Amino acid sequence: MASSRTDQFRRKAVDWITTSQLYRSVFRHGYADTVRNRALEVTSNAFLHLHPITIPAHALKVRFTFCLGGLTFFLFLVETVTGVLLMFYYRPVPEYAYADMKTLQYAVYFGMILRNLHRWGAHLMVVLVMLHMLRVFLTGSYRPPREFNWVLGVNLLVLTLLLSFTGYLLPWDQLAFWAVTVGTNMAAATPFLGAEGPFHGLLGVNGMNDARFLLLGDVRVAGSALLRFYVLHCVALPLVAGVLMVVHFWRVRKDGGISRPL
Amino acid sequence: MKEAGETNTTTERSLAQEIGTMPTGRPGDVAVFPYLVYSEFLAALLCSIVLMVWSLTVAAPLLEQANPGITENPAKAPWYFVGLQELLVYFDPWIAGVMMPTLIIVGLMAIPYLDTSTNAVGRYTIRERRLVISHFGLGFALWWVLIAIGQFLRGPNWHIYWPWQDWSMVKNPEGAMWDFPVWVGLPLLIAYFVGGFVIPQKRWPWLLERLGTARYVGSITLALLFYGVPIKMLLRLLFNVKYVLVTSWFNI
Ligand code: HEM
Repeated sequence: MASSRTDQFRRKAVDWITTSQLYRSVFRHGYADTVRNRALEVTSNAFLHLHPITIPAHALKVRFTFCLGGLTFFLFLVETVTGVLLMFYYRPVPEYAYADMKTLQYAVYFGMILRNLHRWGAHLMVVLVMLHMLRVFLTGSYRPPREFNWVLGVNLLVLTLLLSFTGYLLPWDQLAFWAVTVGTNMAAATPFLGAEGPFHGLLGVNGMNDARFLLLGDVRVAGSALLRFYVLHCVALPLVAGVLMVVHFWRVRKDGGISRPL
Repeated sequence: MKEAGETNTTTERSLAQEIGTMPTGRPGDVAVFPYLVYSEFLAALLCSIVLMVWSLTVAAPLLEQANPGITENPAKAPWYFVGLQELLVYFDPWIAGVMMPTLIIVGLMAIPYLDTSTNAVGRYTIRERRLVISHFGLGFALWWVLIAIGQFLRGPNWHIYWPWQDWSMVKNPEGAMWDFPVWVGLPLLIAYFVGGFVIPQKRWPWLLERLGTARYVGSITLALLFYGVPIKMLLRLLFNVKYVLVTSWFNI
């Protein structure tokens, strides 16, 4: 071959790197394309090892899963990274929240694109999780033995919606304020537990001790609601969702990998 | 581990054959690395491009600062909850805002325990699962239709505004509505639920047989509650019925 000189050079360089102590301390597998290394690339990698080493060819078909579950997870990661960056610029108090949004948009380099990525990423995640559910349904993948993973999935769907909803309040503009006012008013309509719900009198429930008060920390959307939504949005809900996702993925494998025709 | 010089002495084909001999592998299986990992990478890349282009071209909304003194009209929930908000037209808040979401969540979680067949798993087929898919499909479609109506067709005071109509145009309040008297409403509701349980059993006896009593009751209950929604919507839209049942504690 004409390129034998460069080929030789490349081989030497690869050898030099892949036999170095530094490389071997990071990668516990060889560089050569062998079956053994293909297996080790998965099992010796903390992130990839959620995967099996081999899968049926059927599981590879994009037109089966459309990658919807994987992409939902990917968007969760995107939201985590952009969300952490946004936290550097945002204070969850009514005096600052809106001004911080303006500063972010007009005075922070790439602030607007950062906000857009987080916002549209959230919308996309909601759409994808619904489509993922539809695909799981249409392929009958909730049927035994995967019942419980479907239940976990429904919980993840609810968490995704709650994550999106709690984030909606944080810009503290008219859109946020009134959407969350409308939404949390529903809590006041809860039978027995909401101040305007049927039978609330039976338990002595009123506006100061009902379900909406628990959500808002107040009788209306104000400072405490902003703080509550912030903590739920940035800490509590992502933690719970993260844990459930790990269990969800683990169950996919324990239930025999993604479903396939007999 | 001997590494140097080992590069690519085996062809893709014999690698594939070898995979079948691995402890976890069966003939015809593929290695997760590189095949699945590459697909995932490509999907993530494509998704990133779409999200990036979207974020570069459309700015996230930011209205005036929150002001409890100025009510937005209409005040819309985020789009994924607008379907529930749209149901407030037809149901009281304790139904539309509390019972419905609860029942949707519980109903979804119950699906695998009601439909326990293991046929037709792992592939797309409508023909073999007509019954299940048609009910679920209807629910899924209704969810999106309600969202579309709430999001695109509702204007000030939650009146219907077509996309070409100006929101400044004043709409007349809806015509007078009426309630079923209790002696009509209560028997109708009872008939709906009793009939709902008895008629399918009479017409399709194999249904109860196949499902067993518990699953039959569970499935029918969820189905009746679900179909109650479009029925109530139609009663309202076609006959101006506000409530089917009025009591001194709650109205349905
Ligand atoms: C944050 C939300 C979610 C994430 C990140 C997620 C992620 C995933 C991933 C990566 C898979 C592997 C196969 C695939 O990509 O389709 C999967 C499978 C599955 N998911 Fe989800 N999922 C989520 C929500 C849901 C929801 C809402 C449901 C159903 C209500 C659900 C039910 C299932 C089931 C039953 C499987 C096994 C599918 C099979 O065996 O073919 N998941 N999920």
